[in-house]
Amino acid sequence: MQMVAPVLAGLDTEPPQAPVLVLGLGNILMMDEGVGVAVVENLHTRYRVPPEVELLDGGTSGMALLDDLRMRKALIVVDAIRTGQPPGTVVVLKDDAVPAFFRSRVSPHQLALSDVLAVLILTGEAPANICVIGVEPLSLETHLGLSDLVEARVEELTMQVVATLDALGYAITTQVEGQTS
Amino acid sequence: MAERITVDPMTRIEGHLRVDCEVDGGKVVKAWSSGQMWRGIELILQGRDARDAWIFTQRICGVCTTVHAIASVRAVENALQMEVPLNAQYIRNMLITAHGIHDHIVHFYHLSALDWVDIVSALSADPKKASELAQSLSDWPLNSEQHFRQIQNKLKTFVESGQLGVFASGYWGHPAMKLPPEVNLMAAAHYFQALDYQRTANKIVAILGSKTPHIQNLAVGGVTNTINLSSQSTLTLERLYYVKSIIDQLGDFVRQVYMVDVAAIGAMYADWTAYGAGITNYLAVPDLPLDTRGTRFELPGGYIRNADLSTFKPISSYGDAYFEDGVKESVKHAWYQGGKGALHPYDGETIPEYTDFQDDDKYSWVKAPTFYDERAQVGPLANVLTMVAAGHESTTRNLNTVLEMAGKVAGSPIPVEALHSTIGRHAARAVRTGVLHEALANQWQLLMDNIGRGDYDTFNQPEFPKDEVRGFGYHEAPRGVLSHWTVIRDGKISNYQAVVPSTWNASPRDERDQPGPYEASLLDNPIADAKKPLEVLRTIHSFDPCLACAVHMVDTRQQEIVRLQAVGAQCGVTF
Repeated sequence: MQMVAPVLAGLDTEPPQAPVLVLGLGNILMMDEGVGVAVVENLHTRYRVPPEVELLDGGTSGMALLDDLRMRKALIVVDAIRTGQPPGTVVVLKDDAVPAFFRSRVSPHQLALSDVLAVLILTGEAPANICVIGVEPLSLETHLGLSDLVEARVEELTMQVVATLDALGYAITTQVEGQTS
Repeated sequence: MAERITVDPMTRIEGHLRVDCEVDGGKVVKAWSSGQMWRGIELILQGRDARDAWIFTQRICGVCTTVHAIASVRAVENALQMEVPLNAQYIRNMLITAHGIHDHIVHFYHLSALDWVDIVSALSADPKKASELAQSLSDWPLNSEQHFRQIQNKLKTFVESGQLGVFASGYWGHPAMKLPPEVNLMAAAHYFQALDYQRTANKIVAILGSKTPHIQNLAVGGVTNTINLSSQSTLTLERLYYVKSIIDQLGDFVRQVYMVDVAAIGAMYADWTAYGAGITNYLAVPDLPLDTRGTRFELPGGYIRNADLSTFKPISSYGDAYFEDGVKESVKHAWYQGGKGALHPYDGETIPEYTDFQDDDKYSWVKAPTFYDERAQVGPLANVLTMVAAGHESTTRNLNTVLEMAGKVAGSPIPVEALHSTIGRHAARAVRTGVLHEALANQWQLLMDNIGRGDYDTFNQPEFPKDEVRGFGYHEAPRGVLSHWTVIRDGKISNYQAVVPSTWNASPRDERDQPGPYEASLLDNPIADAKKPLEVLRTIHSFDPCLACAVHMVDTRQQEIVRLQAVGAQCGVTF
C-alpha cells in the first residue's frame, strides 16, 4: 500500500540513496558514548567505500533520521551497547538477535532509534536487513574523546563493519597511504 | 487517602524526566518535576576556541541540534559586537523556521496525539462518515473515503498481528479518551501523512545546513554557504527553487490538516481548557533578525505577567538589557552546590552535589530559572501570546483562524483565555506553525531579492580581543526561549552556560520555593485511574518535554514507567 502522500510524489529531485547505510550513533561529548561516530569517521578517512554504501554520523539524533533510514536494503548500526559484559567487549547482533536488542533497551539510543524503526515498519519502509555492531562502554563521563580501552577497539569494530559489508557483497579497501577523501 | 504516582521516564523521546504527583480525591494536589541526569556540557567548552563552541553545543541534543548551534554563534557574535551579513541572517532564518515546522508536526502527531487519539477505536469507524466529517472541516484532497479505508485496513493488519509497534504504549480504551471512532480514524490517517511532511520540512534543513542531523553550515560571523547561482557546488537557483516548492507544499499540510486537526480535536476536548494553566507569566524572545545587528525582527518577543496581555513589555534587540539583566538560576532544589542565592548565567556555577530525591529539599538535576525573580512559562504558547500582545498581524490572523474553527466544531465561541491550558498549548503550537510557515516563505523571498540586488556576502571574519568579553545569544526555539551565555578571554571560552527551554519549564522549585511550570500546571488535573495516569501525560506532553539538553543521560537500563504507591508506604504497582 502506498503511504507516501500523492501530492508529494515527484517532488523529490535528490539523487537516489545508497542501498546500504552504515549509521554511527552516539554523543561525542560523553566519551565512549560517541564510539559509533568514531568508527564511521575511521571508515570515512581510512577506507575506500563503494557508492552503494553510505556512511552517516547520526550523532545523537532520533526522528530526524527517518528519511535516512527508510527504504534501505541493509542498515548497519554502530553504537555503544550495554549488555552487562566487561567494558571493551565487542558485540555483533544479527537477524533474530536484533529485535531483542531493541526490546531490551541496551543501547543508550534505543528509545529514539527503535521509535524510528517502529514507524518505518508501520509504513512498510523498514530496512530489510539490520545488523548492530557495538562495544561495551567503559566511561560515559562528560568529556571529549574515547577511553583508551574503547579507543583500542575502534579498529576491531571497523573491521566488523567491513566484514559485514563484505558478506553483503560490498568490497571495502584501505585508502592509499597519504590520500584523504 | 492520598496516593503518590511516579512517572519515570516521562518522555517518548530523549532525556529522562521524572514526575511525581500526590493524588487526593481524584485530582493532583502536589507535584514534583525532576530531571534525572546530570548535565555538564558547560565544562567541556571551557578553554576551547569560541569559534568552535557551536559545533559542540549542537551535540547536546538529538532533537533540537540546530537551535543550540544558532544560539551559540549568536552568543559569540554578541560578545564581539559583530554584524552578520543579510544573506546569512536569511539563510539562518530559513533553517530556524523549517526546523520549527518539522519539530511541531512531529510533536503533535507523533509524540503527543496518541494521548488524545485512540488508535484502536479507529478500527470501528465508518470510513465514509469519517471522510464526510473530514471534508466538512477542510478541502484536503487526502480526506477521501478510499484513503481512510486503506489506513483502517493497515491498522487492522497491525492489531491482528499483535504488532502494534509504535502504538503499543498507548492507553487504549482509557475513560479519558473521548473522541468518536471517525475522528480517531481521521487523526490516524493524518498521523501517517504527517510522517511524510515532517521529513519534507527537514529536507530544507538538509539542503541549507549541508548535513542533517547536525548542520555544518554555520560560522561565527555568518554561514559557510557560498552563493553562486550557476556553480553546482554552491547554493544555486535550482536548489533555491526546490526549497520554494517544498515550502508551498508544507503550507497546504499546515493549513488544511494540522491547524484543522488541532482546532477540531481541541474543541472536542474543551474540558481541557480548564486544566493545566500553571505559571501564566510568559517569556518569549524576538527572532528572525531582518538587519545585520539584530535590532529588527520578523517575529516579536517580550514578557507578559499573570496572563494579562496588557502587561506586555517587549524585548527588542540582541543587546536588550531588559532580557540580559532579568535572568537568574537557582540551585536551591537542584543537585548542585549552592548557598549563593540565584545567580546570573555569567556567574553561574555547575558543581554537582547529589543527595537523592528529597521532596522538600533537592530533587532534580535541572536548575530553576527566573525572570526578575518570577517563574515564567516558555514555549509556543508564550510565543503566540507575546506576538499577539505586540500586535503581530500574522499571529493574530492565524490565531483567529484556529479559534474560529474550534468554535465552529464546539458550537460556541472559544475565547483567547482558553489558551491558558493544556489543550491551549497544542493550539498555540499549531498557530505558531502557521506563523513560521509564512515567515519561512517571506525569508525565502527576502533572500532571493537580496541576491537579485547583487549581494552575495555570507560571512564576516570574527576578531577576538585579548581582553575578556562577554555576550549572550537567544533564540525562540520550538520549545521556547533558549539562551547561551559566554565569557571569552583571548578567543578562548572561560565560562559558558546554556539556559534551555526545558530548564524554564521542567525546573524544580526556585529560591523562594515557588513551583516550576510543569509542577504548577499539574495541580488540580483530574486523575480517573491512578494506575494509568493519562491525564498527567497529557499536561506534561503539552509542553513538548525534551530533557536531553536540560540534563544528561546516564542510566540506560531503567525499565519502569509508572510507579504507584500509597503515601508513606512502599507497596508498588509496577508496569
